[in-house]
Amino acid sequence: MELLLHQILAGLATGGIYACMALAVVMIYQAIDHLNFAQGEMAMFSTFIAWQLIQWGVPYWLAFGATIVISFAAGIVIERVVLKPIHDAPILSHVVAFIALLAILNSAAGFIWDYTIKNFPSPFGAGPLMEGGLLSKHDGGMIFVTLLMLVLLYLFFRHTRIGLAMRAAAANPESARLAGIRVGWMNALGWGMAAAVGSVAGMLIAPVVFLEPNMMISILLYGFAGAVVGGLTSPGGAVLGGFMVGVMENLAGTYIPVVGREMKLSIALFIIIAVLCVKPSGLFGRPVVTRV
Amino acid sequence: MTKLLEARELCAFYGATQVLFGLSLAIEEGGITTLLGANGAGKTTTLRSLSGMCRTQGAIRFDDKPINGRATEDIVRLGIAHVPQGRGTFSRQTVEENLQIGAMTRSGRAAIAADVDRVYGYFPRLKERRVQQAGTLSGGEQQMLAVGRAMMLRPRLMLLDEPSFGLAPLVVEELFGILRTLNRTEKVSMLLVEQNAALALDLADHAYLIETGRVVTDGPARQLRDDENIRRSYLGY
Repeated sequence: MELLLHQILAGLATGGIYACMALAVVMIYQAIDHLNFAQGEMAMFSTFIAWQLIQWGVPYWLAFGATIVISFAAGIVIERVVLKPIHDAPILSHVVAFIALLAILNSAAGFIWDYTIKNFPSPFGAGPLMEGGLLSKHDGGMIFVTLLMLVLLYLFFRHTRIGLAMRAAAANPESARLAGIRVGWMNALGWGMAAAVGSVAGMLIAPVVFLEPNMMISILLYGFAGAVVGGLTSPGGAVLGGFMVGVMENLAGTYIPVVGREMKLSIALFIIIAVLCVKPSGLFGRPVVTRV
Repeated sequence: MTKLLEARELCAFYGATQVLFGLSLAIEEGGITTLLGANGAGKTTTLRSLSGMCRTQGAIRFDDKPINGRATEDIVRLGIAHVPQGRGTFSRQTVEENLQIGAMTRSGRAAIAADVDRVYGYFPRLKERRVQQAGTLSGGEQQMLAVGRAMMLRPRLMLLDEPSFGLAPLVVEELFGILRTLNRTEKVSMLLVEQNAALALDLADHAYLIETGRVVTDGPARQLRDDENIRRSYLGY
């Protein structure tokens, strides 16, 4: 019984990482109706910016805030420069642009900061959260910040006019334009916000997995998985999905003897496919109902 | 009466295909003008040209200011509400959110809330369904929501693209009654595109008949309705 509890707690710790990323994924999905494959690399690049600021002697929280602002602005610039010109292009062109962004950001980070693994400080400290607990202070802080971001995003999208305008622009651009909404700027704003959420995710994840240009590649995959299993239309579902992926991989590794460390993520992803076979829009996703 | 909107020698293109060939029309302030014609005559394209949704040549003036070449969002902000064919409702959003989206260009919470109530006054059935996803409404309710959303803009001119399409006769009657009321009491000018010529000529004051992107004839709606030749050759009833 104690083993089970420990494994669940350890799963929540890694799940917190995935939940962070899943939230950033859903964020951009809500705003632009696409999955952005470059999101992990954008978060990684933001984290390097924060690391650089800290290296230059900027206090942690100032660097944290500055990185969020820089990432927000950079997200808007990327949308305006790269995605606006191909706005009317088919979806595959967008996918290619996302993959190009991924490769460019990855190599640029390697070129500027090289590929050696770097330590990234945690603002919450390294000790255990409770006596004898498996969750560290940092894990606790990361889960708290993720949930806080979730609440703030929920309030923004559900209860502000600009949040509603962003949802309208993503759901039906042509009709949104006919309502006078500046759809292009809503897309840019969505990118900015996704980049900002991603930068927070990156800075929270880096103390755990260490900072290097390839740190996000697998995490983004599990972030996607978490988002899809929870439902791409539901930020809360995505966060829960992220935690589920973390817990499932831990339990599978412990309780299914043949699985072991190498296979535990395959098992988690297998369970996700099973969930999607039963509920295609994710556990908490709203199926789109249309009547014709 | 003054001209609220005037298009002169309007040409419109989808890619290399030209759809309008020097079409000219004027909409009187406070009136209902209808645009009639067969399938493919360019009715929808005319509306899309007026709201800046396709490439055009020629002059379009709204309230005596040129608007051609301007972005759709900016044209809408001048007070032109376009209710597109197929209604363009936001199916994942609730009825109330759809109405709020319609007021996105305006400021003033109290005034917007009052207008939501005003729309519910015209369309009580929308009030019953205010928290329902718009995609789950019936066709008639969706059309009413589209008109309601357009009203939220407090427009001076409403462009209506086949509002009767696919609706039961009783629903159409109700909807057109409300359009007439909106025109009279809210002083909203309207440009109505319709397949159902008899219905449109009953509602409108002035009518244009178009064929392959050109105006064939125009005149008071009553006059076109009573013209045996026009009725038989173009309106088919």
